[in-house]
Amino acid sequence: MLNKTLKLSEQIFNKKISSIPIRDGFGEGLLSAGEQNDQVIVLTADLKDSTRATAFSEKYPERFIECGVAEQGMVTVASGMANYGKIPFICSFSAFNPGRTWEQIRTTICINNVPVKIGGLFVGVSVGPDGVTHQMLEDIALMRSLPNMIVLTPSDSIEAKKAVVLAASTGTPVYLRIPRAESPVYTTVDTPFEIGKAYTLWEEKNPEVVIISHGVMVYKSLLAAKKLSAAGFSCIVMSCPTIKPLDEQSIIHAAKIAGSVVVSEEHQAIGGLGSAVSELLSKNLPVPIEIVAVEDRFGQSGKPEELWEEYGLTTENIIAAAKKVVNRKRA
Amino acid sequence: MNNLPLVELSKKATEIRIDILKMLNAAGSGHSAGSLGMADIFTALYFHILHHEAEDPLWEGRDRLFLSNGHIVPVRYATMAHAGYFPITHLKTLRKFGSELQGHPERMRIPALESTSGPLGSGLGQAAGYAYAARMDNKRFRTYCITSDGEHDEGNHWEAVMFAAKYKLANLTVFVDRNNIQIDGFTHNVMPMESLSEKYKSFNWNVVNIDGHNFPAILSSVEQARSEYQKPTVIIAKTIPGKGVYFMENKFEWHGKVPDDAQTKEAVKILTKQLKEYE
Repeated sequence: MLNKTLKLSEQIFNKKISSIPIRDGFGEGLLSAGEQNDQVIVLTADLKDSTRATAFSEKYPERFIECGVAEQGMVTVASGMANYGKIPFICSFSAFNPGRTWEQIRTTICINNVPVKIGGLFVGVSVGPDGVTHQMLEDIALMRSLPNMIVLTPSDSIEAKKAVVLAASTGTPVYLRIPRAESPVYTTVDTPFEIGKAYTLWEEKNPEVVIISHGVMVYKSLLAAKKLSAAGFSCIVMSCPTIKPLDEQSIIHAAKIAGSVVVSEEHQAIGGLGSAVSELLSKNLPVPIEIVAVEDRFGQSGKPEELWEEYGLTTENIIAAAKKVVNRKRA
Repeated sequence: MNNLPLVELSKKATEIRIDILKMLNAAGSGHSAGSLGMADIFTALYFHILHHEAEDPLWEGRDRLFLSNGHIVPVRYATMAHAGYFPITHLKTLRKFGSELQGHPERMRIPALESTSGPLGSGLGQAAGYAYAARMDNKRFRTYCITSDGEHDEGNHWEAVMFAAKYKLANLTVFVDRNNIQIDGFTHNVMPMESLSEKYKSFNWNVVNIDGHNFPAILSSVEQARSEYQKPTVIIAKTIPGKGVYFMENKFEWHGKVPDDAQTKEAVKILTKQLKEYE
């Protein structure tokens, strides 16, 4: 059953639920953050429109900085600005930033511990036709291994907007992972969102498995739960929009109740949320875990649906993993 | 501020060189050549050019100094000690466990260092971002950045060169330590970069070439930067790596090496003799 306290969309299981690119929420978040705090600055590396920074650039031209196709330059410039006292959001494709800029992020943002907000847009195979070079699948591994970094992975456009606004206020480095694909808007403006919290979206009595996901996989997990429920498998669905710091207490609690875990994410199985949950539970509550993610492969051109199918990131894959992990638990 | 008159700067730089040698010897590892080569420019900065307060290191009105080539930080530590930031005896803790004097500069341990550096090519971008932000708020202080010549191999540096020119960051002044050496050899063998001066000019910077051991030239180059209102300024300073110690001068082998006890004794003897000549 859906968790009513979260005030999720009433259209949540309606096939006509509206789908909006998550990056649109990112752009709205930049505007709101800029409105709330005049220290917020937006920088881009020749990707203003793709990263949805255009609206900010038009409303606050004096706080918008075009860096050219120079991601490393943008990171270091933003580090200097944050060191001074500004709150810079740097916007590019995740494959370039943090993909190309990891060392500059490590040295000048994380070791300096200055509040640069890294917008990594275009993640996962759902980037689609642009192909493998632009389908970033390793960014969470890169970012969550850095001390001082907060890693946020919103799952719809409303959540993305909230994540951007909250990121502006942390006083720390933040990585915002923002998919390109349209995604069902299953939350509402009234749905709670705090950094560091995982949310139980769906919970049934005597659950046998907890499905934990982030990004575009959250909605698929809800669809999977509904189908599993009809097939007699009770489950918990958690969204985990903060990969770091991980909501350890909530995850351990849910794993304890269900006794088995599926993590689904549009990322390499190596180094993502699946790894983070495995690290946590292997130390605290060793239960069977299955990870629905990309298995050590690179992407290719295609439509998002075709690629999710090819790389094992569908609702059916989640259902199969849930059944498998429950059988492992029972064995 | 504890400004010294021009005539006393050479003496101060020699005292600082002696402490650099002693601290590197005590540390057992580190970078000698660049540290000695930049002692005159650091002395000029901390004892004449920069607005700063050792007693109030984070004074809001201070000029900001970013050291991009972090490996020469022993010269900065030694100069800061002489300027009153910490006791000179503290220099012996360089690179030791628990010391703030890390092998490469770390801002979180000594905020007055302004930034963390070591990986090359990233200092100018940070200084440019800082200068840009300061200009947004009409701050009057200046931002300085010191870079090595070797780090001009880095693409990140040139991205920042273009950024600073595009945004006409006239409140930014960069020193290039043009000592012609880097770890693997002479810069013209490792990766030719001349004409550096013409490169910066074509990137729309104000360019000043000086002898980096000539105090009047150092001071006047900074004045030229202050009177430029449209462009960032780069001061390309020719320096002698290992300056002051005959067996180290112009030898790239001393880039990342420190003197042993006998070499330190010999070098300190030479410099101490030189000190007496100033009296």
